[in-house]
Amino acid sequence: MNAKLDASNRVYRFRRRVNAVMMALSAAALAFGLFWLAWIIATLLWEGAAALRPSLFTQPTPPPGGDGGLSNAILGSVLMAGVGTLIGTPVGILAGTYLAEYGRRGWLAPVTRFVNDVLLSAPSIVIGLFIYAVWVAQVGHFSGWAGALALSVIVIPVVVRTTDDMLRLVPNSLREAAVALGCPTWKMITLVSYRAARAGILTGVLLAVARISGETAPLLFTALNNQFTSTDMNAPMANLPVVIFQFAMSPYEDWQRLAWGGAALITLLVLAINIAARMLFSKKH
Amino acid sequence: MTRNNALMDAIFRNVTRFFAFGVFSLLAAILVSLLIGSSLSIEKFGAAFLWNDNWDPVQEDFGALVPIYGTLVTSAIAMAIAIPVSFGIALFLTELSPPWLRRPLGTAIEMLAAIPSIIYGMWGLFVFAPLFQEHVQPLLIDSLGELPGIGALFQGPPMGIGMLTAGIILAVMVIPFITAVMRDVFDLVPPLLKESAYGLGATTWEVTWRVVLPYTKVGVIGGVMLGLGRALGETMAITFVIGNAHRLSASLLAPGNSIASALANEFTEAVGDLYTSALIELGLILFLITTVVLACSKLLLMQLAKQEGART
Repeated sequence: MNAKLDASNRVYRFRRRVNAVMMALSAAALAFGLFWLAWIIATLLWEGAAALRPSLFTQPTPPPGGDGGLSNAILGSVLMAGVGTLIGTPVGILAGTYLAEYGRRGWLAPVTRFVNDVLLSAPSIVIGLFIYAVWVAQVGHFSGWAGALALSVIVIPVVVRTTDDMLRLVPNSLREAAVALGCPTWKMITLVSYRAARAGILTGVLLAVARISGETAPLLFTALNNQFTSTDMNAPMANLPVVIFQFAMSPYEDWQRLAWGGAALITLLVLAINIAARMLFSKKH
Repeated sequence: MTRNNALMDAIFRNVTRFFAFGVFSLLAAILVSLLIGSSLSIEKFGAAFLWNDNWDPVQEDFGALVPIYGTLVTSAIAMAIAIPVSFGIALFLTELSPPWLRRPLGTAIEMLAAIPSIIYGMWGLFVFAPLFQEHVQPLLIDSLGELPGIGALFQGPPMGIGMLTAGIILAVMVIPFITAVMRDVFDLVPPLLKESAYGLGATTWEVTWRVVLPYTKVGVIGGVMLGLGRALGETMAITFVIGNAHRLSASLLAPGNSIASALANEFTEAVGDLYTSALIELGLILFLITTVVLACSKLLLMQLAKQEGART
């Protein structure tokens, strides 16, 4: 038995060594990924802690050198993200319902699924350009509505995808049981399918909210920015991401500190929503 | 009652179909609106827009070469780093990690995708770039910059910001996307195949390289394309660190411009219809490139899924 697979076999020893090196590299790759995550979060906590004060939430953005907070930007962000989600969610859920429940035959469902996956990863700045071309350029001024609309275009593919996936996870026997009891299709979908997939669909909506909370590019030329507190959706509107962008790029130190405060705020919110969505989903499945 | 139900059925079915059709036409709507928006620039510059390296708002002479070059170079750097790292992470999560660690580690990597792009940019500009400038770039210039051939890529003053910095940050941003696809497709490999290889005495690495990877080749390429699509369109992170210089330079350390960062920086300040139109044409080019890349990615992943279906 010359070819015995043990430590005395040179070829086998070599193979084992290659394996050990590769596995070490694999662990190093994981460490590399985690290293950046830890570094970014640590920086945000460190820099954000210095900026997180009550005035951050109560005072509007200051002129350079002045004292202030981000209240108008927070308000604008909440308004636009809220309206964006309110527009995008029903559209996404209904379209996703068609894909999963009616789309077994015909060309529309598979093609739409394909197009939706492309939209899911489409550059968000192009979505901003799209809303600029069809809304801002026609109306003639930047507005909160345009910003909310741009965000809703980002929400739709996320919600379509999760609704479709989650509805397709619902066992067919549930549907058949409902139909066998004489339930019409629309009742079957709203009373049985939706209920079974509720947690999953909600996860999708939460993930979409998390995604648009930090989106900057589509707001740059739709909502623009506003120095003052405003709830007028028909006028340019302050929002956290664009304020962070503007303040971070400015040469003023107190503006940069506010930008760090806003950055920490957004990141903590987005990570919290993401983790909450995951927990909600894993509890059900 | 039954007539009522039949009516409701028809309404519900058609409403959902209407919205599905809406999503389907969204892609075409984006394309058409960008085409209309850029018609002025397309008429004026024609195809030469693609290889003209001028960007002169005063003379109104615009060309897309510099931003296209910047977009491709930063994405290439990002892919060069992100592909091996994502492969390593996916390998660790599917083969090496103890089962109880898989979920928390996987979630942590996914969190990299959740951090908003603007945060990467800000962090890159204020934290990463200065350190990179002080400690890494001089090293690169002194070592690699001396070599013939590739030396040209690492010359010039260490500025911190530039295409290499942008590429590295981009790599970190796309790692979670590529890793997620690789993990999913690695999990598709039938245990029987892997176990047969292990039974013949193969090491973990040999099983990965000779069994798992050939089996999932199509899906892995699909994942890489997905990452590439993301990298090409990334905006805010790049805008902070690329330096925004409309200049073509061989050195990766030099500042440059990408399509997305040019749009983010200049669009609201653009004066004149031609300037705006040229910027929209840049957006159109970006959208076409990413759509083709993402469509290829999707097709490859669908092919793997079909193959999977045929085998079982």
